Amino acid sequence: MVPLAHILALSVILFGLGAAGFVFRRNIITIFMCIELMLNAVNLAFIGFSRYLGNLDGQIFAFFVIVVAAAEAAVGLAIIIAVYRNRGSLSIDDFDSMKL
Amino acid sequence: MITVQADDLVRILPQAILAGFAILVMVFEPFLPAARKTLLGWFSLFGVVAAGAATIRTSFSPGLAFGNSISADRFSLFFICLFLLVAALTLLGSFHSLERENINHGEFYALLLMATVGMCFMAASTELIMIFLGLEISSLATYVLAGFKRQDALSNEASLKYFLLGSFATAFFLYGIAVVYGLTGTTNLLVLSAQLGRSGEFRPGAVFAWVALLLMFVGLAFKVSTVPFHVWTPDVYQGAPAPVTAFLSVGPKAAAFAVLLRIFLGAFASAGSGVFWVFWASAILTMCLGNLAALLQSNVKRLLAYSAIAHAGYVLVGIAAGRGEGTAPVLFYLTVYALMNVGAFLLVAHLAGTGERWTRIEDFTGLGYQRPAVAACLAAFMLSLAGFPTTAGFFAKFYIFRAAVHSGLIGLTIVAVLTSVVSVYYYFRLIVVMYMREGKAEAASASLPWALRVALAISVVGIFYLGLYPTDFLLLTNLAAVPLP
Amino acid sequence: MMLPQIAFFFLSAVTLISAVMVITRRNAVHSIIWLIVTLFSVGGIFLTLHAEFLFAVQVILYVGGIMVLFLFVVMLVNLDVALKQAQFNRQWQVALVTALVLMAELGYGIYRGHQGFTLAQVTATPMSGGNTQAVGLALYQDYMLAVEIASVLLLVAMVGAVIMAKRKIE
Repeated sequence: MVPLAHILALSVILFGLGAAGFVFRRNIITIFMCIELMLNAVNLAFIGFSRYLGNLDGQIFAFFVIVVAAAEAAVGLAIIIAVYRNRGSLSIDDFDSMKL
Repeated sequence: MITVQADDLVRILPQAILAGFAILVMVFEPFLPAARKTLLGWFSLFGVVAAGAATIRTSFSPGLAFGNSISADRFSLFFICLFLLVAALTLLGSFHSLERENINHGEFYALLLMATVGMCFMAASTELIMIFLGLEISSLATYVLAGFKRQDALSNEASLKYFLLGSFATAFFLYGIAVVYGLTGTTNLLVLSAQLGRSGEFRPGAVFAWVALLLMFVGLAFKVSTVPFHVWTPDVYQGAPAPVTAFLSVGPKAAAFAVLLRIFLGAFASAGSGVFWVFWASAILTMCLGNLAALLQSNVKRLLAYSAIAHAGYVLVGIAAGRGEGTAPVLFYLTVYALMNVGAFLLVAHLAGTGERWTRIEDFTGLGYQRPAVAACLAAFMLSLAGFPTTAGFFAKFYIFRAAVHSGLIGLTIVAVLTSVVSVYYYFRLIVVMYMREGKAEAASASLPWALRVALAISVVGIFYLGLYPTDFLLLTNLAAVPLP
Repeated sequence: MMLPQIAFFFLSAVTLISAVMVITRRNAVHSIIWLIVTLFSVGGIFLTLHAEFLFAVQVILYVGGIMVLFLFVVMLVNLDVALKQAQFNRQWQVALVTALVLMAELGYGIYRGHQGFTLAQVTATPMSGGNTQAVGLALYQDYMLAVEIASVLLLVAMVGAVIMAKRKIE
C-alpha cells in the first residue's frame, strides 16, 4: 500500500502549484483553473485520509467539494463572461480602475 | 443512522422558511411587470419577519439536530437574529436605490435571502462540512450581488475580484478542514472538542494542529478582511451597488466571525497559546493599517471600507481576549457594528444619486444646511463608528477593551485605543465637511423614501438605545455567549 | 515494488507534470487540456485508494462537466488578444517565493506530524455492496441535511450564473 506521507506530499505540492499559479498568472481563466488545482489537492488529502482512517466521511467531503467546485465554476465563468462583455479583456492587469 | 424527528425540523425552521421564500420570490418573479418588482422586495421582507417569528419558536426547543450537525443554541439563535436584522434593513434600504439604478430584479431579493440562509447555516452548524457549505452559499450569492449592476465596469470588477479571492480563500479553509479530519477522523466540532478536552491537545504534537488552524484562519480571515487578507475589500465595497455593500460589510463578516468563535474559542479552545498570537498580531496589523489607510481616502465608500477593516481589528481584540472574557463583547460589538455600518452605507447609497455619482467627500459639503435631518443621521453613524460616548459605538469598544484588559492584554488595548483616536479624524472629516463648510452639496437631491426612513430610524434608535442603556443587551449577549461548544 | 505503488508513482508523476503545464502554458485552451489530464490522473489515484465512486464523479462531473464549461467560455471570449498580452505578473518572483514558503510550511508540518496518521488502523476490506453503495447510504442517511444544503447551493449557483451571463434581464 502507498504510504500516506506520499499522498500528502503529492497533495501539498499540487496545492502549492495551484497557489503559485494563482498569484503569478494574469489570464483570469488560467487563474480560475489554478483554484481547481487547489481543490483537487484538497480532495486528494481527503481521500487519502479517508483510506487510512478507514472511514468513509472523507469521501463524502470530497464529493461535496466537487459539488462546490461545480457551483463555483458556473458562477465564476458567468462572471467572467459578464466582465469580458464590458471590457473585452481578460488580463488581470486591466482591473485596476479603483485605486486610492 | 439518523432518524428525523419533528424537533429536528423545528431547529432549522428559520433557514427553511428563508429558503422557501427565496424560491417563492423566483416563482412569482416572471408574473410581475418590471415596474412592480418592489412587491417582491416586500414579500422577501415578510419572509425575513416570518423567519424571525420562527426563530422565537426554535428558541423554545433548543438542542442538537440532524445527528449533531446543527445546534440550535442561544449562540446560533443570536446570530440568526442578527443576520435577519441585517437582511431586513438592507431590504428596506434597497428598494429605492435598486429602482434608481434600474436593477430592480426579483433575483436580487432571492439571492439576498439565500445569502442569509447560508449565513444562518454557518452560525448554526457544528459540522465543519456544513459550515463550509453555508459559507459557499453566502459567498456565491454575494459574488453575484456585488456584480449585480452588470453594465457597470466597476461593479463587474468588484464581482470578479471578490470571486477570485473568495474562492482562493475557500481552498485554504478546505485544506484546513482536511487536515483536521486527517488528524482526528471527524469534522464535527462537538466530537472534536470532546476529544480535545480529553487529551488536552492534538495527539501528534502541536505542529499539525498549527497547520490546520492556520489554514482555517487564513480562509476565514479573507472573509472578515483582516490585514493582510484585506486587499479585495476596498475595491469590492466601492464597486458593488451600495445596498449590497451595506449587506456585504456586515452579514458575511459577522457570519465568518461566528465561525471563528465556534472554531477557535469553542472546539479548539484548548489548542494552546499559539493561536492567540495569531489573533494578537492580526488584530494589531488590522487596526493600524485599516485606520491609517482610511485617513487617505477621498471616496466615502472606500473610507467606510477601510473603516470596516479597522473594525474587524477591534473584533479580533475581543477574540484574542479569550473565551471567558471576549465572546460576549464580540457579540455586542458585531450587533452595534451591524446597525451603524448598514445605516451609513444605506444613507450613502441614497445620497450618491443616480449611477452613484456623488461618493467623494467634497460632494457632501454643506449637507448639514440643506438637509439637516439627513446630515444628522449620517453624523450619528459617524460618531458611533468613531466610538463617541452616548452612542453604541462607545460601549461596543469599551466592553472589548475592558475584556482585553481583564485578560492582561495591555499592549493590545493601548494600540486599540490609540488607533481609535486616529479614526476620529477621518470620521470627523465628513462631519466637518457637512456642517462647517458653506457650499451646495451635490449629494442632496432627492427626498428620502419612507422605506429607507424606517431602516434609518431603526438603526439610529438602536445606536442611541444601546449607547444609553447597554446593560440589558449586554446581559443578552452574555447569555448567548455561554453555550459555545 | 507492488503494482499499486507503481501505479501511484506513475499517476503522481503525470499529475505533477500536467499541473506544471497548466500553470505555464500561454494558450488557455492548452491549459485546459492539461488540466483535464491532471484531473484524470487525480481520478486514477482515487481509484488506487479504493474510492471508486469518487473516481466516477471526478470523470463525469469534473472532466465531463466543469472542464467542458471552461472550454465553452474560452471559446466565447476572444483569446487572440489574451495571447499577445504578457502572461505573468510583474511580481512573479515574489509570488514564487510565497508559494515555496507555503509549500515548505505545509510540507514541514505534515512531515513533523505524519506519525500521527498511523494511529488509525486500515480496514482494507471493502464493505459488502461496494464503495458506491456505502457512499450512497452515508450521503442519504448521515449527511442528509448536507445534501439538502448542497441543493440550495446549486440553486444559488444556477440563479447567479443565469443573472451574470444573460444578455438582458427583463
